[in-house]
Amino acid sequence: MCLAIPIRVDALLPDQMARVTLGGVSKHISIALVEDVRVGDYVLLHVGYALTRLDPGEAERTLILMREAAVPGLPEIQGAAA
Amino acid sequence: MKYIDEYRDGGLARLISATIAREAQAGRQYKLMEFCGGHTHALSRYGIEDLLPPQVEMVHGPGCPVCVLPVGRIDDAIRLAMRPEVTLCTYADLMRVPASGGANLLKARAAGADIRMIYSSMDAVLVAEAEPARQVVFFAIGFETTTPATALAIRLADQKQLANFSVFCNHVLTPPAIRAILDVDHLPAGERVLVDGFVGPAHVSTVIGTSPYAALAAAFGKPVVVAGFEPLDVMQAILMLIRQVNEGRTEVENQYIRAVTPEGNLIAQREMAEIFELRDSFEWRGLGALPASALRLRNTYAKFDAERRFTIVPVPAADNPACECGDVLRGLKKPAACKLFGTVCSPQTPMGSCMVSPEGACAAHWTYGRFRDRVGAGAPRQAA
Ligand code: SF4
Repeated sequence: MCLAIPIRVDALLPDQMARVTLGGVSKHISIALVEDVRVGDYVLLHVGYALTRLDPGEAERTLILMREAAVPGLPEIQGAAA
Repeated sequence: MKYIDEYRDGGLARLISATIAREAQAGRQYKLMEFCGGHTHALSRYGIEDLLPPQVEMVHGPGCPVCVLPVGRIDDAIRLAMRPEVTLCTYADLMRVPASGGANLLKARAAGADIRMIYSSMDAVLVAEAEPARQVVFFAIGFETTTPATALAIRLADQKQLANFSVFCNHVLTPPAIRAILDVDHLPAGERVLVDGFVGPAHVSTVIGTSPYAALAAAFGKPVVVAGFEPLDVMQAILMLIRQVNEGRTEVENQYIRAVTPEGNLIAQREMAEIFELRDSFEWRGLGALPASALRLRNTYAKFDAERRFTIVPVPAADNPACECGDVLRGLKKPAACKLFGTVCSPQTPMGSCMVSPEGACAAHWTYGRFRDRVGAGAPRQAA
């Protein structure tokens, strides 16, 4: 019920809709809830609606924090891509 | 898939589990409640509890929308669907939820009711548009994740001036449910669930943001960490909670920064506020009647309200007395403690709603967790 998946926006359509590819199948979703969606953005898709845009910078920062949680001190060694 | 696979790295999960084991102090108990069924599902599916030291215990919360819907509302939906003029559109999750007297929507459909499973609320509007002779009712349920979709469907029906579309609204709110779990002082000792912290909702929080939890964390002195639904998200959130508990902090922290902001999705909030208003009170399975915990359509949109169009009067209905969903939803009992678990009750023959939805604690434990029981609780719970 609360299932939502990250999905890439392939094309923008009229009426605040967008085209995405889900499991190889092309689908139309509503982007009425998210401002300024662009082609190539990843959005969280839930029951046919984009709920939010995924922030690539914060996604990368999360991975850095996870590596830090795994091995404290590691991100500094790796030079923290962010 | 991008934004999924990188958060499922098993090697990293084991390393984080080693950090958790190092930082969780011996002789201290960390009872952490994951509010969302999505987290319950992730914990079971990825065996995360096996990666936690014995002093860290996960308690399942009530954040499964199908599970908290009381039997009476399913009965209402079935009565609606049995009306000859009505087409009931519903999310698939609801089809097998047990109603009174062994009924469910699936059986009602077999008995001739016009019930259609839809993927999106938009589809229900399209059915109404395509079939003007039918009274199309959308059976709307869910927390704040799903409510904006219902709001937009109502708006679309309004724009299209559809006279044959309405919504049977069962949308509920997350913060009042968290409050109900934490507000235990008036309960007898045996019914109090004392948690040390919350793994906060993932997708609900994309809509409402992290700020609504601040008042709860402050009022009850419990830390909240909003977390994504992937296994590494959950592991990291557990570590963040353990650190808060160790340091005596009771803050709201955000692990799910790639999707959640403090203020949430303002467009979605505006859409919800335009269409819906608070009900005085709403009945939750397990939690009872909670004040200001659910939504109904505003008067301006009354013509789309199925409860008014079909004058639905609530008929009290009792849960199956042997089903312990109520206690499971409040974190008082584990699924396997229910006498019916795995014998009479399984996903094929669910006796309670917690066995129906994949996010339900009983269904998650049945699908992924029941084999652990045989090994004996605690035995396989080593760190790395
Ligand atoms: S196992 Fe079945 S009957 Fe028991 S609490 Fe869970 S859903 Fe209810």
